Amino acid sequence: MSSNDTDTAQERRQYITFLATGQEFAADIMTIREIRGWTDTTALPHVPDYVRGVINLRGMVLPVIDLKARLGLGLTEATAKHVIIVVNSGDRTIGLLVDAVSDILTVSRQEIQSVPDVMRESQNDYVEGIAVLDGRMVTLLCMTKLTSSFGGGVDEFVEHAA
Amino acid sequence: MDPMEAIKQTYYQECDELLLAMEEGLIAMESGEADSEMINAVFRAVHSIKGGAGAFGFSILVAFSHVFETAMDLVRSGKLNPTPDVVKVLLRAGDKLSDHVNAARNGTTGVDDVEVKAELARLTGADPEDTGVPAPAEFENLAFAPIMIDIGDDEPAAPATPVWHIRFAPQAGLYAKANEPYLLIRELGMLGAIEVTADLSELPDLTSLEADQAYFAWDVLLRDCPDRSKVEEVFEFVSGDCDLKITEEATAPIASAISAPGLPSLDDDEPVEPAPVEAASPVAETQLEEKKAAAPAAAPAAAPVAVDVVKPTIRVDLDKVDRLVNLVGELVITQAMLSQRLLDNTQQGQNVSVGLGELEHLLRDLQEAVMAIRTQPVKSVFQRMPRLVRETAAQTGKEVRLEIEGEATEVDKTVIERLGEPLTHMIRNAIDHGLETPEERVALGKAAEGTVKLSAEHRGGRIIIEVSDDGRGINRTKVRQKAIERGLISANGNLSDEEIDNLIFLPGFSTANTVSNISGRGVGLDVVRRNIVDLGGRITIGSAWGKGSKFSLTLPLTLAVLDGMIVAVGNQTFVLPLSHIIESLLPKADDVKPFGANGMLLNVRGAYVPLVSVGRLLNVPGASHDLHNSVVILVESEGVGRMALAVEAIVGQRQVVIKSFESNIGRIDGIAAATILGDGRVALILDIDGLVAGCREGAGRPIDYQQALGA
Amino acid sequence: MGKTILTVDDSRTMRDMLRLALSGAGHTVIQADDGVHGVEVLEKAGLVDVIITDINMPRMDGYGFIEHVRRGSANRMTPILVLTTESEPGKKMRARDAGATGWIVKPFDPEKLLAAIRRVSP
Repeated sequence: MSSNDTDTAQERRQYITFLATGQEFAADIMTIREIRGWTDTTALPHVPDYVRGVINLRGMVLPVIDLKARLGLGLTEATAKHVIIVVNSGDRTIGLLVDAVSDILTVSRQEIQSVPDVMRESQNDYVEGIAVLDGRMVTLLCMTKLTSSFGGGVDEFVEHAA
Repeated sequence: MDPMEAIKQTYYQECDELLLAMEEGLIAMESGEADSEMINAVFRAVHSIKGGAGAFGFSILVAFSHVFETAMDLVRSGKLNPTPDVVKVLLRAGDKLSDHVNAARNGTTGVDDVEVKAELARLTGADPEDTGVPAPAEFENLAFAPIMIDIGDDEPAAPATPVWHIRFAPQAGLYAKANEPYLLIRELGMLGAIEVTADLSELPDLTSLEADQAYFAWDVLLRDCPDRSKVEEVFEFVSGDCDLKITEEATAPIASAISAPGLPSLDDDEPVEPAPVEAASPVAETQLEEKKAAAPAAAPAAAPVAVDVVKPTIRVDLDKVDRLVNLVGELVITQAMLSQRLLDNTQQGQNVSVGLGELEHLLRDLQEAVMAIRTQPVKSVFQRMPRLVRETAAQTGKEVRLEIEGEATEVDKTVIERLGEPLTHMIRNAIDHGLETPEERVALGKAAEGTVKLSAEHRGGRIIIEVSDDGRGINRTKVRQKAIERGLISANGNLSDEEIDNLIFLPGFSTANTVSNISGRGVGLDVVRRNIVDLGGRITIGSAWGKGSKFSLTLPLTLAVLDGMIVAVGNQTFVLPLSHIIESLLPKADDVKPFGANGMLLNVRGAYVPLVSVGRLLNVPGASHDLHNSVVILVESEGVGRMALAVEAIVGQRQVVIKSFESNIGRIDGIAAATILGDGRVALILDIDGLVAGCREGAGRPIDYQQALGA
Repeated sequence: MGKTILTVDDSRTMRDMLRLALSGAGHTVIQADDGVHGVEVLEKAGLVDVIITDINMPRMDGYGFIEHVRRGSANRMTPILVLTTESEPGKKMRARDAGATGWIVKPFDPEKLLAAIRRVSP
């Protein structure tokens, strides 16, 4: 699953972990721009339900994605306690709605297991791998793939909106 | 980037500017308004294009610009009279030069310039094939050719290493031109081993010595330099200002007669000539006076000439400017937010509000100033039009004069960039469809030459651009008939003159009987209108039969802000671009009629237009779907025409800063962009055309223009 | 051993090329857009080592500029090289009459340019 063949097994990367639907996920810290509390969004028409709308992030119009809904587990009942992780990956900046941010982890490549084949589907190919640390299982998400997975533009929206 | 590549890009940019300046000058020459400075400017433009082309090895461009330059040189020196015929050739040459520059830029060849070159050659009396421009390598040889040197009797008899005897006696003029014998001798030293002897025999007594005169001479013996031309090259700059004799010696030592024992040699690298510090001025002045007497016109530029004073400018990366524009936009929003919160939450709101008012004022000024950075005069687009007019006139056999007004009017760079195409189309249309042939015009008692006028001006925070002609005007009977034939309007529809005129903007509409090569190429005025609407502008046409037509474009000064109507739907706020809005209405219950399965029509003074609820169309949470109690906004859309949008309330009108989020999430049908309102919340800006298209396809509104009008 | 060199040319392309060649050789380059500007720049800059000027320029051409400098500015003894694309001797002769020290034929290669400078300036 390496996006870079020159990565060595010893290479260590820092991840921010966060909770959604009772599971723990992690994203490369380099893709995280900031973390902020939930604010009401302005809904967008003709978009899949996991696009919760847009918010004003200091003058930038930021689309917010509901991670739980993106995983097909229904809409998050967002409250002031929920957080939006601002992800900057590739050319896109989006907000990811999650329950809470929990930790910062350092993970080496050899600690990452690939997704078991039976679990692999095209929809979740933004899962980079699984790390087991101190007995916890953390799902590592590839933010580049996640942010581009819905951004395919009109076609995908039309499909979902239909 | 490779520095030379960067300079090449600069060169192309500069060519564009020079071509514009050239065109401007040529057009002034055409109308007989060009003064000598303008003619000189044309010459310089061609000259500079040629200079750069030479540096980059664009030999075809060099060859063509050389021929052109030669002709311009004759014009500016008064040897060639710029009669209308001559200027016509020059204008065509200008067009070709522009083609050549583009060919060089795009790395293409095959600009057919044979005819124009031949015409230029006819003007200059030169052989069209002899461009007079040698390849770059030959330039140098030519440069070094005209040296006045007394070559000895014998050609070098080709001994392996000749010894050169150089007798070098500077004259006063050499010093006056800041030449320095020591440097020349040093240069000889770089060619081979030298033996230098100074001849001070001409040095007078100290009392009669004049500081600005030359008294010294040198004899230099140079060995190990096989190439005589190298020696000549050293003295290239001073030929005429010195007595120079280069002879090939036998290997014998220097003749004792010309040696002056005991005098300093140049080994210590010090110039021995008394430095003629004050020497230059008298000599130079004498020369200057002589020259002025001989040729009074020779230094015209020394006197200040009335030319446009070029204001100093800086080049700034557009990204930096955009960032500034964004920041100022945010500042404005923050200020509005702050002001709203303070007024909502404090009792002392009154005191604070005065300060806030001032802040708001300052911010608006700042915003305007920042926006102004991006503006440019429309001149850059307008200047392309004379050529278009010439070409179109030639193709249609019509005689056309183009009048341009207000080319200094400034507008945002993005608007300028997208203005070229619609303007091109409208001008072609005016010549092709608007103007009559010269014969027709004469028969009608008009001047054979038609006039097309292009103008720009600022009005009410927008820019108005007009293209008018004094041609035949719109034949309304014909237009109406055509529209009925095409099913665009119903046969009994009651349309005003203005409405009929504007039918020509409908897609697929063309009144030309035969599809001409000029404007009837399948791209109609509907495309022009779409371009303009995409820019947030509007286009209308007015016409008087037999007298001409006038297209009017109204455009925003910038694409970064938009004049919008703020409306409420459910718990959301939307912005409708004002440019699409015709009017807002409070319809009576019996004006709304059901149509088809679940469609609605609204009676607007007798015309029925489709009525849709924005809330339903966009699935806005909490939106009322009761069309009878809503406010209706009549909008005009590209392609489908008029439509009535029902909203719950109109909040107000204001200018909003456009924030695109397409790059983050992709395009959404019906939404153009977003903006941030005073309360800090995001409001979506509706894309009227997209909305209408969406409701035709999806939301059960199978109603289109003719059905609506015909109902 | 860098020199301070003023270049006067109305063509941005040419100014950029001169700057590239000259600063690449360790010289300090100051630039002006035409003769009038050149005079102004010289008044501020004081003494320079070499001046390189184009001939065909708006407002004040190269001849006028050279005459102005030679007529009595601080730089009246400064070597002046003219840039010319003209191959005929007339232009050069006229520039010399105005007081030019030497000339450089465009298009120039950097070596020729530097050699010409060396020939007029220590």
